[in-house]
Amino acid sequence: MASRTKATSGKSGKTSKSGDQAASNGTGTSTGYSKDQLLEMYRQMYLIRQFEVACGENYARGLIRGFLHLYIGQEATGVGTIAPLNDDDYIVTHYRDHGHAIARGLDVNRSMAELFGRKTGLSKGKGGSMHLFDAAKKFMGGHAIVGGQLPLALGLAFSQKYLDTKGVTVCYFGDGSTNQGLYHETLNLAAVWKVPMLFVLENNGYGMGSAVERVRAGSPDFYTDVEKYGIEAAVVDGMDVIAVREATEQAVKRLRAGDGPLFIEAKTFRYVGHSYADGQKYRGSEEIDEWRKRDPVEVYPQMLVKRDIATQKEIDDLKAAVDEEVVAAVKFAEESPQPDPDELFDDIYA
Amino acid sequence: MAEILFREAIKRGLAEALDNDPNVFIMGEDIGEYGGAYAVTDGFLKQYGPKRVIDTPISEAAFLGAGIGAAAGGLRPIVEFMSISFSLVAFDQIVNMAANLRYMSGGQISVPMLMRAPTGAGVQLGATHSQSFETWLADVPGMRCVCPSTPYDALGLIRTALKENNPVMFAEPALLYAMRGEVPDEYYEVPFGSANIQRAGDDVTLVSYGAGMRVLAAAADELAAKGVSAEVIDLRSLNPVDYDTLLTSIEKTNRALLLDTSRRKGGAMAEIASDLHERAMEWLDGPVVRIGAEDVPWPYNRGLEQEVYPQSSDVLAGLQKHYGI
Repeated sequence: MASRTKATSGKSGKTSKSGDQAASNGTGTSTGYSKDQLLEMYRQMYLIRQFEVACGENYARGLIRGFLHLYIGQEATGVGTIAPLNDDDYIVTHYRDHGHAIARGLDVNRSMAELFGRKTGLSKGKGGSMHLFDAAKKFMGGHAIVGGQLPLALGLAFSQKYLDTKGVTVCYFGDGSTNQGLYHETLNLAAVWKVPMLFVLENNGYGMGSAVERVRAGSPDFYTDVEKYGIEAAVVDGMDVIAVREATEQAVKRLRAGDGPLFIEAKTFRYVGHSYADGQKYRGSEEIDEWRKRDPVEVYPQMLVKRDIATQKEIDDLKAAVDEEVVAAVKFAEESPQPDPDELFDDIYA
Repeated sequence: MAEILFREAIKRGLAEALDNDPNVFIMGEDIGEYGGAYAVTDGFLKQYGPKRVIDTPISEAAFLGAGIGAAAGGLRPIVEFMSISFSLVAFDQIVNMAANLRYMSGGQISVPMLMRAPTGAGVQLGATHSQSFETWLADVPGMRCVCPSTPYDALGLIRTALKENNPVMFAEPALLYAMRGEVPDEYYEVPFGSANIQRAGDDVTLVSYGAGMRVLAAAADELAAKGVSAEVIDLRSLNPVDYDTLLTSIEKTNRALLLDTSRRKGGAMAEIASDLHERAMEWLDGPVVRIGAEDVPWPYNRGLEQEVYPQSSDVLAGLQKHYGI
């Protein structure tokens, strides 16, 4: 069967037409992935979901402060795009960054501790929810000025080409950031310099409370924007982790061959508000309910069981282990010390 | 010891870095084929090739941001703005990204990037090309900000800047590119945070940086003719500021005047003046006097521009008013 991935024609052919072995959530007959790979993708999506639920609970408890943007609903996009990456590849993302951090394998305890603002956090409590970093894992940040992360990723990809590392840089950005001038500027320069950068547009339909169609002229699709730069683009169902992974694998393979930047638009959705404080007055519950029917954290494990890839017990055991991991992360964060006041002046200058 | 132009001193420093470190590259608008708006990088494209000398499109925010990413990725970018006024387009990247990255990552990421930009008024470029935003960037923690006033300091400071592992704004007074000055053949550096006593004196401490030093030099000559001995100090570095040199001088002279060639209101010297009032009040015979440009956008007309630009006569009038000298 065909996946939901489709390609637009660019300078030299098609980007991401999936193979016959591809399977989408619950409808295909086989996949190109091993059972371990398929279960690992589920584990990561479920871990992200439970981590985010725990974040919300601890925000309500007052233990997490500031702005909290949850990735609930978008898990398949983060997991599917990070699965094909190597240790040498950079990841740059936006402020809704917990999901990418977890999919990249950042320490869950230290991630939660960062949200709690504790000394044991990834950034020693100086970054917070919107600014998760782990340079050792080439996770180069959540960034909180909309679109501001695009040129950072461009520069990292430039360094990979300059140093001939064969690595690639994946940059996540939302539909809102496409209205910044940097969107055009970065697309243009990435194409001029032919850097190994994968633009991953997470189109969840809303820039904060502004629906795409209220603030964007022309087509609601974004992948068609980039042909004029000579950048090939694919559009993929961001709720379908296998389709996302396949599209990314093909793109990454081409990036490593030095073909220049590529672009994936993942159509996805967040079931929750922009931030924890968002009452979602700007949209109705019908839309959320409709998307929830395709919730990857629900639909995907049902598919694995239905197709005899995993047993329900295996799924349940995996969930139980993740639940414990999240409880432990919250415990670790809550029991971690606050930063010392004299650390205030550390880490300003190298 | 040879006499070279200010722009040649900068060029020598850049060439040394390109020669010594393959991970140094330079990018900016029209720095390659064109040779640079102020000819600092003339010949570089031919000498070092297009991998390391990169003509960018007119996308300051994107190429400055790319410099940040390249620095985080292990390179040593030199990014040129055609004017520091154009850096406004990239201010989000400079402030939110370059300067903050290290802190918000808990020290995990460094940005060893040199930003260069012509700065200042005095050449009739009007409101949008005559500003001095090093005075704003000097406020930002996580980056450094320096501005030379002689070819010697230009080379010494740029050598330090190219070893610095933090973002640096290296502001180049546009009025000084054709200035001549002696530069030793032997290697030297000028460290950040070290002010330079250009002229020793006992009666009053005059402080500025960059193109302001020319105004102070003229003022010091005029004061000498009146029998007043001025100590003339070039800050050279706006972040960090060398307070020790300032305080030592004020303890001796008991009088201080600070000059900005940019707007007096909110200029770099406002913060320093406030600090000096707190830290040197016991030695001061009067207030720290501030001289700077008028609180207007920069006009094009030569006569009007010179009205706005601070002159040595303003320095003398200020000292007369507040210290009676």
